[in-house]
Amino acid sequence: MSTTIPDRPRTLAEKVWDDHLVVKGENGEPDLIYIDLHLVHEVTSPQAFDGLRAEGRPVRRLDLTIATEDHNTPTLEIDKPIADLTSRTQIETLRRNAAEFGVRLHSLGDKEQGIVHVVGPQLGLTMPGITVVCGDSHTSTHGAFGAMAFGIGTSEVEHVLATQTLPLKPFKTMAIIVEGELKPGVTAKDIILAIIAKIGANGGQGYVLEFRGSAIRSLSMEGRMTMCNMSIEAGARAGMIAPDETTFAYVKGKPHAPQGQDWEDAVAYWRTLPSDEGAVYDAEVFLDANELEPFVTWGTNPGQGVSLSQTVPDPASFADPNERAAAERALEYMDLTAGTPLKEVPVDAVFMGSCTNSRIEDLRAFASVIEGRQKAENVRVMVVPGSARVRLEAEAEGLDKVFTAFGAEWRFAGCSMCLGMNPDQLAPGERCASTSNRNFEGRQGKGGRTHLVSPLVAAATAVMGRLASPSDLPRVDAAAVRSTTGIGA
Amino acid sequence: MEKFSTHTGVAAALQRSAVDTDQIIPAVYLKRVTKTGFEDALFANWRQDPDFVLNQPVFQNASILVAGPDFGTGSSREHAVWALRDYGFQVVLSPKFADIFRGNAGKQGLVTGVISESDVEAIWAVIAEHPGIEMTVDLGARTAEIGDLQVSFDIDDYTRWRLLEGLDDIGLTLRNEDRIAQFEARREAWRPRTLPVR
Repeated sequence: MSTTIPDRPRTLAEKVWDDHLVVKGENGEPDLIYIDLHLVHEVTSPQAFDGLRAEGRPVRRLDLTIATEDHNTPTLEIDKPIADLTSRTQIETLRRNAAEFGVRLHSLGDKEQGIVHVVGPQLGLTMPGITVVCGDSHTSTHGAFGAMAFGIGTSEVEHVLATQTLPLKPFKTMAIIVEGELKPGVTAKDIILAIIAKIGANGGQGYVLEFRGSAIRSLSMEGRMTMCNMSIEAGARAGMIAPDETTFAYVKGKPHAPQGQDWEDAVAYWRTLPSDEGAVYDAEVFLDANELEPFVTWGTNPGQGVSLSQTVPDPASFADPNERAAAERALEYMDLTAGTPLKEVPVDAVFMGSCTNSRIEDLRAFASVIEGRQKAENVRVMVVPGSARVRLEAEAEGLDKVFTAFGAEWRFAGCSMCLGMNPDQLAPGERCASTSNRNFEGRQGKGGRTHLVSPLVAAATAVMGRLASPSDLPRVDAAAVRSTTGIGA
Repeated sequence: MEKFSTHTGVAAALQRSAVDTDQIIPAVYLKRVTKTGFEDALFANWRQDPDFVLNQPVFQNASILVAGPDFGTGSSREHAVWALRDYGFQVVLSPKFADIFRGNAGKQGLVTGVISESDVEAIWAVIAEHPGIEMTVDLGARTAEIGDLQVSFDIDDYTRWRLLEGLDDIGLTLRNEDRIAQFEARREAWRPRTLPVR
């Protein structure tokens, strides 16, 4: 293997790539890359299992494969049969396929069920220096651990099931350096939304992003997952963050984390992964963390965002004709007028959840803002934990009582209103402040309008009934508030 | 996968940039467990607008789509490719494609050719002048011809070769079965295992 490793400083992404090289491609052929962990869910797998069946192929490595149900699952009455017949069929198909091929599956009702990108890390399967794939573009989430993790299509799902490898051309690398200290109320979500606004929803195409700098190092694992999760919204295949003590502490002791000598070996290897001094990136982008404010999207792609304190931009202000046309279309779809202060935009719904922001720390942050308050009248507030385990954890801390006292709906785990494959959808014309990742037309329900925000902004918005940050809220009687949990970045 | 060499068919202009996969196929259509029959789902929301390009009779049988930049952004759903293919599209031309979409297209025999923005504008102009005009796409030569206009497009050598030969990726990979087994034999013990369940 050593013959294929170049004798020069390498980036984190190059190191992980080199260590998974099964065959080095020659004459324009792609490399063949080994896959350490394959996450499977119900939406992008049925046709892949069909393909295996048609060719009489088994799953090559059942011990590197795990499945859960998330996209279609209801978040209410989960003990009853799924009402939507096509959703039920898709989930039953996964159950049949998992049983037939022997794939480990965590079904609705199981305590390890949940959004696939929340489940992998909480089981300790996601760890530094591995390759992770899933038929879902937000697989980039797992890059927060210093893993190379990316979304694939169904043909590739079948390919990995059959061979545990993928033919891939090396990606280019982009360093995104965020230096400084975040102001109170500014979180990982605001950093990534600001990055996407800066480089554009296509700015990362063909790249693996590596988030670096003091502001990134100071983030919790949850915050890092939020950042890497949305790498795809900049068009990047993957986002990565070098593993450090924060990473090791998070992985240690999880059910599938290495133990004993394996743990020692793993950590020793993981310490070699950060990019070498002098490693060259194909592109570099800088961002000053000190300057950042809570961020919000106003349009229909995740790059169309500004600071919450600003106004809806004028399409005429965009020099690029494509961007101008896209902005015009977006304002029409979003029913917004240029020049309107974003803090004057009223919402009908608040969605707290999704693989971007549904981990325990996100729920704590949301709770810390709303505790002792009442939601705005006429605003529907849904809180959907990322996994059944997160739900149990939140209930053990009493967060569920904070949510329900506020007037929010406390739901069971799943993808829910991030993409509305289950009954959790916006009605046409409804406007939602959402902690999810995509503000595409109709994403949260046909005709629905989405503003992407952090959990803190979502919470303040739920209180005010219009887009708001926690600093906009009137003070509450401190005695009415029990000691709040820490707000994570 | 069938071999692709040249294709002649009606070209339709999709005059939008950043056409994301939620527009190509909304999530509600992803619940099916089959790999075919997605033609009704293609651009389902946009098709409710009677003025949408594919609702115009001359373009209903279009098989070549000429779109603005950043086609196929967002979700990894291969259903977006199946929907285009099932509707009858064999080629999409755009100045820029999202990575995952383009990879998926290459596995399903849908040709994605990158052309310059000025060529897109020129093709749109030809289509506007002669609605229903046919285009000929030659994958071997990497050219597209419409009326008096001929443009060349980019597609990487490896994908082009696979499309021309109609080769199945898994079959190609399994030729390296021994190398995969060798790699597995030297994998470190600390790497994750989903089984046994802990």
